[in-house]
Amino acid sequence: MEVPILKQGSYLIATIQTALNDSDLLELRDSLVAKVGVNRSRAVIIDVSALDIMDSFSCRTLSDVAQMIRLRGAETIIVGIQPEVAFSMVELGLTLEGIPTALDLEEGLEYLDRNRKNAWREIGSAGR
Amino acid sequence: MAQANARGENTRLTQTRTEPASLLIRELVAHLREHRVELREEWVRRVTEARLLTALSESESMTNSAIIYDQYVDALEAGSRDAVHEFARTLATGVIAQEVETDKALGIILLMGDVSRRSLRTKYQSNVSLMNRILDAFDEATNRVSIAVAVGFVEQRERTIREQQEVLQELSTPVLQVRDRLLILPISGVIDPLRARRITEHILRAIRSTRAKVIVIDITGVAAMDTGVANHLVQTVEASRLLGASVIVTGLSPEIAQTLVRIGVDLTKMNTVGDLQGGIEQAERYLGYSVVMTTELQMEANAR
Repeated sequence: MEVPILKQGSYLIATIQTALNDSDLLELRDSLVAKVGVNRSRAVIIDVSALDIMDSFSCRTLSDVAQMIRLRGAETIIVGIQPEVAFSMVELGLTLEGIPTALDLEEGLEYLDRNRKNAWREIGSAGR
Repeated sequence: MAQANARGENTRLTQTRTEPASLLIRELVAHLREHRVELREEWVRRVTEARLLTALSESESMTNSAIIYDQYVDALEAGSRDAVHEFARTLATGVIAQEVETDKALGIILLMGDVSRRSLRTKYQSNVSLMNRILDAFDEATNRVSIAVAVGFVEQRERTIREQQEVLQELSTPVLQVRDRLLILPISGVIDPLRARRITEHILRAIRSTRAKVIVIDITGVAAMDTGVANHLVQTVEASRLLGASVIVTGLSPEIAQTLVRIGVDLTKMNTVGDLQGGIEQAERYLGYSVVMTTELQMEANAR
């Protein structure tokens, strides 16, 4: 199951639509890291609202994606984590440290727009 | 009732072929029915002697004892699960259950068995083998009833506790919206792991439904906190962040602050402000609100 990646201005939006297996996740990682350079995108939004489970592998892969994309000069935000998913994630100690999160796609776009002015500075201050 | 019992016995006779046992039961039940008045009085006397039923007046206990005695004998006779459970349920929800503790109520039922057993023993003492068989049958039946009563009482207590807990849960964690995208959640009382979990779930759902960006959790009313609860609070903060909301914790008492530092909970992720007012002010700053005094009040304040 391939995850559609849409280009929206200077952002890339990846909307996960069904549960992904490990190789799907790695594929998503590779294509995001590649496309962020091709499209010269400033930010990547990963929408996980359709997921009703997040295991350690998917959390680690998402963290990896965020780190790689930071190295490629853009930022990553994860949006749409469900309340139950969030709860079980923190119980497992998977807190997506250092990756910005937002309630849904709309909030995520707003967050990125608000950070537009100082986005370069934030990315410049490596790892925040 | 008598008909139903007779029918129940007939089916049991044909189905399980325990004819001797059921005959014995029928025999002893007839005996208990025949001597119901004196046995009941003996029972009430011994209950009073053992001070098991101090809350009820004498006439009350006589009336109740008549009902309970008859139901007890019926339950012995029918022997089916349903009849026994019915008896246990009436006992557990009836007047006795509200006046006495579980152990005393069980004592009362066990005394009833004892009184009946003694009377049966006296009656059949001339024929030892018959007496033994009768008592065996009686013990089996009366044990079944006692167990059902014990279970019935425990279930009733558990049900009561559960209901009260639910009521408390509902009452004790209101999530209040004070501004657009700003929620406050005052917590008071004792937080146990179950409640902490409920609170977290409550907050996460509220964030989703109100699209809140900031939640102020006020714990002024919380008396004490241990490692488990503190960690739960940290988890709440982290889970809220995953939904894109920040949490501000206010009203940590000096004692709680000391405990938290002493037990070494990692609170670096927690954003704390002294009191609820300060917390709301900080949240408003974060959300871009600015509260301005109206002129009149401003003048009053200046005059003071």
